[in-house]
Amino acid sequence: MSAATMIQTADDALLDVEHLTMRFGGLLAIDDLSFTARVHEITSIIGPNGAGKTTVFNCLTGFYKPTVGRLRLCHPDKGEYYLERMEGFRIAQVADVGRTFQNIRLFPKMTVLENLIIAQHNRLMKASVFALAGLLGLARYRVAEKAAVEKAKFWLDRVNLTARADWEAGNLPYGDQRRLEIARAMCIAPCLLCLDEPAAGLNPRESLELNELLLSIRDEQGIGILLIEHDMSVVMGISDHIVVLDHGRKISDGDPAFVRNDPTVIRAYLGEAEDGEGADA
Amino acid sequence: MSEMTTSHKAASASAVSVIARDTLLTAVVALVLAVPFIGLKSDSVGTALTLVTRWPLMLAMVGAVAAGRVLVSLWRLRSAAKAQRATAHTAAGDAKASLAAWGNSHMKAIGFAGFALAVVLPFLPFSNRYVVDIGTTFLIYVMLGWGLNIVVGLAGLLDLGYVAFYAVGAYTYALISTQAGWSFWVCLPLAGTFAAMFGLMLGFPVLRLRGDYLAIVTLGFGEIIRVILMNWVDFTKGPDGVSGIPRPSFFGAPFSRSAPEGVTTFSDLLGIEYSSMHRVVFLYFLILALAAITNLFTLRMRKLPTGRAWEALREDEIACRSLGINPTNVKLSAFALGAMFAGFAGAFFATRQGFVSPESFTFMESAIILAIVVLGGMGSQLGVVLAAFALVVLPEWFREFEQYRMFLFGAAMVAIMVVKPTGVMGHREPTIRLHPVGKSKKPEAAR
Ligand SMILES: Nc1ncnc2c1ncn2[C@@H]1O[C@H](COP(=O)(O)OP(=O)(O)O)[C@@H](O)[C@H]1O
Ligand SMILES: [Mg+2]
Repeated sequence: MSAATMIQTADDALLDVEHLTMRFGGLLAIDDLSFTARVHEITSIIGPNGAGKTTVFNCLTGFYKPTVGRLRLCHPDKGEYYLERMEGFRIAQVADVGRTFQNIRLFPKMTVLENLIIAQHNRLMKASVFALAGLLGLARYRVAEKAAVEKAKFWLDRVNLTARADWEAGNLPYGDQRRLEIARAMCIAPCLLCLDEPAAGLNPRESLELNELLLSIRDEQGIGILLIEHDMSVVMGISDHIVVLDHGRKISDGDPAFVRNDPTVIRAYLGEAEDGEGADA
Repeated sequence: MSEMTTSHKAASASAVSVIARDTLLTAVVALVLAVPFIGLKSDSVGTALTLVTRWPLMLAMVGAVAAGRVLVSLWRLRSAAKAQRATAHTAAGDAKASLAAWGNSHMKAIGFAGFALAVVLPFLPFSNRYVVDIGTTFLIYVMLGWGLNIVVGLAGLLDLGYVAFYAVGAYTYALISTQAGWSFWVCLPLAGTFAAMFGLMLGFPVLRLRGDYLAIVTLGFGEIIRVILMNWVDFTKGPDGVSGIPRPSFFGAPFSRSAPEGVTTFSDLLGIEYSSMHRVVFLYFLILALAAITNLFTLRMRKLPTGRAWEALREDEIACRSLGINPTNVKLSAFALGAMFAGFAGAFFATRQGFVSPESFTFMESAIILAIVVLGGMGSQLGVVLAAFALVVLPEWFREFEQYRMFLFGAAMVAIMVVKPTGVMGHREPTIRLHPVGKSKKPEAAR
């Protein structure tokens, strides 16, 4: 592939995926995938259904152990982590990788605010000294909780959910649930945010708002975003860098203009997508 | 107009046919079951075994089942119509104040009133030894319900072997006090600690299990503990049980008519006449205090990161992991703390009875405690109290119906699950609010 030559293993890399391979029994879900994601950039992973996009996320966030490959995260403040060697929850706890799910996974019976507070569990746990300071009602814990609420308020405001902060998350309209899940992932203070089809099921206006939200997160928070998306208008509009997967293999990698005009992509993917877009409009 | 009536008629006609079909099906199933269970009865006349038939009784029973099915169908129909009307004008639906909603908005007041009532109960004019004894039993189950509520109601880990920790607490006190002579007040924290350690012991192997599989393993764990108590005769005295367990003292002052040299009895200490009621009332207040501590602890814990993580784990374990929450710690802390309170209750049980044997810790006890939690509404502290009252105190009052106890038990379970699947008080109060209740706009307030 000519696209393979586009990989740069520059020093500003946030995430270096090298030779990632994931096999489920006889099925090769990801086949020798390598790419790089950078800070201050939105890196999109696109490809038809079943191409292996979600599987890449599941490998990154520790839900699957890759069959082969190295996932190197260069945390801007903390140093290097090899994600493939870390236990699932520690990837979020220590390496600060946040994610959302293709099928929204909120805590449906808990309120919107509680969802955001739980995301700050580890910091609060430390402040409460394993619940002791909390049980005794020490100031140390109360201050920490207040800070957590302030952070939650900030993100509630950003995703337009302040008025519904005390609603049960499961009762929110679909679009609100998607945005809440993003806000919740942001509350762990990630350096890399992985979003699995965040625009799925949104109407065009909500989709537009989502674009703006993602761009502002990229610019203000100084983090890297990894985005799985089907909607070409979203992908082409906000991505800095696109990786195209097909049947687990990378078929193209570059900026939107490059990918849009890559003949391999047009043959394998955009041909189908154009039909899809026609149907959407 | 006429069109509407015809469509209405058609709808009701189809409803009638559905009900008729359901009723017939139910009656057939009931009949199949009733023939061997009720219709035919073996009776021994002298040494011979004869078969007695009871056809009329059987038909009456089948008729009763069919009638019950009709009632359930009608009730379903009515509530479906009601739900439809409610969605038609949501405001009315929102304003509908259920018992749970009312209970939640007055939770503090209800809690204080209940506690005050519990405190004055032994001094009320009608209170005799019998009433205080029932009150003590009731409070034991309330405490166990609250303890199990941590595991099942908050953390969502279905535990069918909870009685094992109750047994560990009871035997810890029974054995240490009879063998080493340590006092109740030293043994109480030990009983809690041991039970918590057993909670961890159960927790480790079941970390990866959920739902049905977890239920089966915890059920097995409960039985293992009982079988060990039964068979390790050298240590636990087996089926004979441990007797002569010291009764609690009032911080050193025993509840007895006379005491050995150098020890003041409780009645002498207060300069009042000796009465056997003193100990009963003291035990009552002891369990009241223990239960109150359990409740306060849980209420406080719910608002702390650990407690919130329990509930988050119940809601979605995968989401928890994606937020950097260690599910192992969350599960183990729930098992250990839930078990700890069962351990305290067990030590109390041992000192109250003065005797423990494996018979007190059968699966039936686990089932009752779990029923209290589920019927009350998973996670609701007030629900546990109401359910414990229904399952422990009411059967005590209606002793004449002893043989129907299990039947009523099952009927109550089914009824609650049909009428209100989330339990009597199945409504969750948020642990933190951004908008205080009074000020928030209508939709949120009515939730
Ligand atoms: N846990 C699993 N076990 C077996 N096969 C899996 C598993 N997860 C994903 N796959 C398979 O891997 C392939 C890629 O899936 P996925 O990553 O979900 O695709 P998508 O690009 O649509 O997100 C699919 O063929 C899917 O069936
Ligand atoms: Mg997917």
